[in-house]
Amino acid sequence: MSWFEKLMPSRIRTDGTGKGAVPEGLWIKCPKCNAILFRAEQDRNMDVCPKCEHHMRMDARRRLDSFLDAGERQEIGSDLEPNDVLKFKDSKKYKDRISQAQKATQEKDALVAVRGSLKGMPLVAVAFEFRFMGGSMGAVVGERFVQAADLCLKEGIPLVCFSASGGARMQEALFSLMQMAKTSAALARLADKGVPFISIMTDPTMGGVSASLAMLGDVNIAEPGALIGFAGPRVIEQTVREKLPEGFQRSEFLLEHGAVDMIVDRRELRDRVASLLAMFGHRPPV
Amino acid sequence: MNLNFLDFEQPIAELEAKIDELRRVGDSAEINIQDEIARLCEKSKALTQELFSNLSPWQISQLSRHPLRPYTLDYLERAFTDFEELHGDRAFRDDPAIVGGVARLDGQPVMVIGQQKGRDTKEKIRRNFGMPQPEGYRKALRLMKTAERFRLPILTFIDTPGAYPGVGAEERGQSEAIARNLFVMAELRTPILCTVIGEGGSGGALAIGVGDHLMLLQYSTYSVISPEGCASILWKNADKAPVAAEAMGITSGRLKELGLIDQVISEPLGGAHRDPDVMAERLKQALVENLDRLRKINVDDLVKQRYERLMSYGRHAE
Repeated sequence: MSWFEKLMPSRIRTDGTGKGAVPEGLWIKCPKCNAILFRAEQDRNMDVCPKCEHHMRMDARRRLDSFLDAGERQEIGSDLEPNDVLKFKDSKKYKDRISQAQKATQEKDALVAVRGSLKGMPLVAVAFEFRFMGGSMGAVVGERFVQAADLCLKEGIPLVCFSASGGARMQEALFSLMQMAKTSAALARLADKGVPFISIMTDPTMGGVSASLAMLGDVNIAEPGALIGFAGPRVIEQTVREKLPEGFQRSEFLLEHGAVDMIVDRRELRDRVASLLAMFGHRPPV
Repeated sequence: MNLNFLDFEQPIAELEAKIDELRRVGDSAEINIQDEIARLCEKSKALTQELFSNLSPWQISQLSRHPLRPYTLDYLERAFTDFEELHGDRAFRDDPAIVGGVARLDGQPVMVIGQQKGRDTKEKIRRNFGMPQPEGYRKALRLMKTAERFRLPILTFIDTPGAYPGVGAEERGQSEAIARNLFVMAELRTPILCTVIGEGGSGGALAIGVGDHLMLLQYSTYSVISPEGCASILWKNADKAPVAAEAMGITSGRLKELGLIDQVISEPLGGAHRDPDVMAERLKQALVENLDRLRKINVDDLVKQRYERLMSYGRHAE
C-alpha cells in the first residue's frame, strides 16, 4: 500500500485485498534488494528485478501469457470447481476459504491449464496459481493436471508445468494426498509413449507437489533462487535443531545435489524450452 | 500409572492391576479368589468393550502409534515363513526405517516391504522412528522392480509418521525418491497389496502405498499430515490436534465411507497389541484372500484397473 492510500480513510480505499493481488501504483519494490522499480518496465522484464536478478512470484495467467505464443488458446478443465466433501472447518470454513481465494484471484482453483503453442510448436502448459491457497494441490488441481496430460497423450504434444505450491491441500485431507499418486500415474503414461514432460519449478515448490509431479520431468528446470524441497525449512529446523546452511533448498543447492538439470533465467525460458523440445521432438512418431 | 495403557484406557489399567495383584496372592489364599478374578476379568472386558465402542479419531490416532503396536517385522515373523531380508539401495546405504525382502505367505513366494519402527530407545533411533530417508524409498523401489522381474506379488506394510524431514534427506532428493515410487508403482506389472498397520503419514506413507487394494487395520490412520502438524498450521496451535484429527477424517471407518480405502481389517478387543497373534492371523487371511483374487486378473487388466482407480480419486461434480 502506498503512503497516500494509508492516509485515506478505510471506507474510501479501493479494495486491494490479497497480497499483491492488484498492481497498486506505478512503482513496486523488489522484495530482495528493495530497489524501487517502475511497474511498466517490470512487466516487460517479466517480474525479474533488473538490479539483483531476483525472480519475483508471477501469477499463473501472466506466466502462461508470457511463455506461450500469442494467438489461439484453449483452456483445459476450466469448468471444474472445488468440492468440500469433508465439510472441513478449521478457524475458517474451507468453503469460505475457497470463495475468498476465488474472489481474490479470479480463478476457480490453483492450477491453470492451457493448450497453446511455443514458437509454433503445439503444446499444453499448466501453471500453479500460488495466490490461490498457496497453490495447494487438491482434487481440482489433480484432475486438471491429468486432463492436461491426457490431451498431450492424445495429440502427442509436450506438457510443460510451472509449479508454485506449498504442497497438498490440507482441507481436502486424504483426497489431496491421493492427487500425488494420480498425477504421477498420468505422467508415467506420458513417459511410456515418449511424450516429453518439462517441469519448471518456481518459487516455492514444496511438499506434495515437489514429491510428485514436479520432480518427474524428463527435464527438471528451476528458476534462479526458488525454494524447492520436500519438508519446509521450519519443520527441518525444528527436527534437527540446528541452523540450516545458507542457500539450503534453493535452486542452486538442488542443481549442485543433482535434483534439477538446469537453472534458467525466466527471460530465457521460451528459447531454452523450445530448443529442448525441438530436440526431443526428433523421434519417430508414436 | 501403567505406560502400556493410553490415557483414556486408565480405568482398564487399574482393573488389570487389581487382577494381577489378586493372581499373585491367589496361590496362598483359600477363599474363592478364582471367582473374584474371573469376575474382574469379565468386568475389564466389558469396560474395554465399552471404551472401544466409541473411540474418538484422536484416541484412534494414539492407538495407531501405541508403543506396543505390532510392527512390520512382528507380522513377518507370525504370518510369513522363509523371510530373507534384502538390504540397501545399491547407491548410498541401507535404511533401517524400511525393511524388505522375499518371504512365503501360505507357501507362496512374495515380496514384502514395510516401514519399521524400533521397540527400545536404541532401536528406535537406529530405525529413525520409522521415518525413511530417500535411500529407504530407493531400496523399496529396487525390491519392487525385482518383484516385477520374478513375478512376485508385492505386499507393503505402511507404518510411518512421515518421510524424514532432515538436511541429508533433502540433499539426497527426498521429493524425487517419493515421486519416483509413485510413478513406477502406478504401472508395475505385478499385484500390489497395501496395508496400513499403524500410522499412515502423508507422502512418506504413500511412497509405498500405490497399489491394487488398500487395507487399513481397524485402529490405523491414514492422512495427508499428522493431526499435530495440521493443527499447528491451520489452528496455529498443536494442542488442537484432536480437532484436526476429527476434521481430516483419518480413521479406517471414515476413510472407508469416503471410498478412499477398500477394506478394514478388524482388530482384537483393545487393539492389535493386546493380541498380536490373532491380529497376524487376521491380516494373513485378508492378504491371502486378496492375493488369490488379484492373481487371477490378467496383468494388463490389473495395471489398467489400478490406473483407473488412481484417476477416480477426487472426481466430482463439475
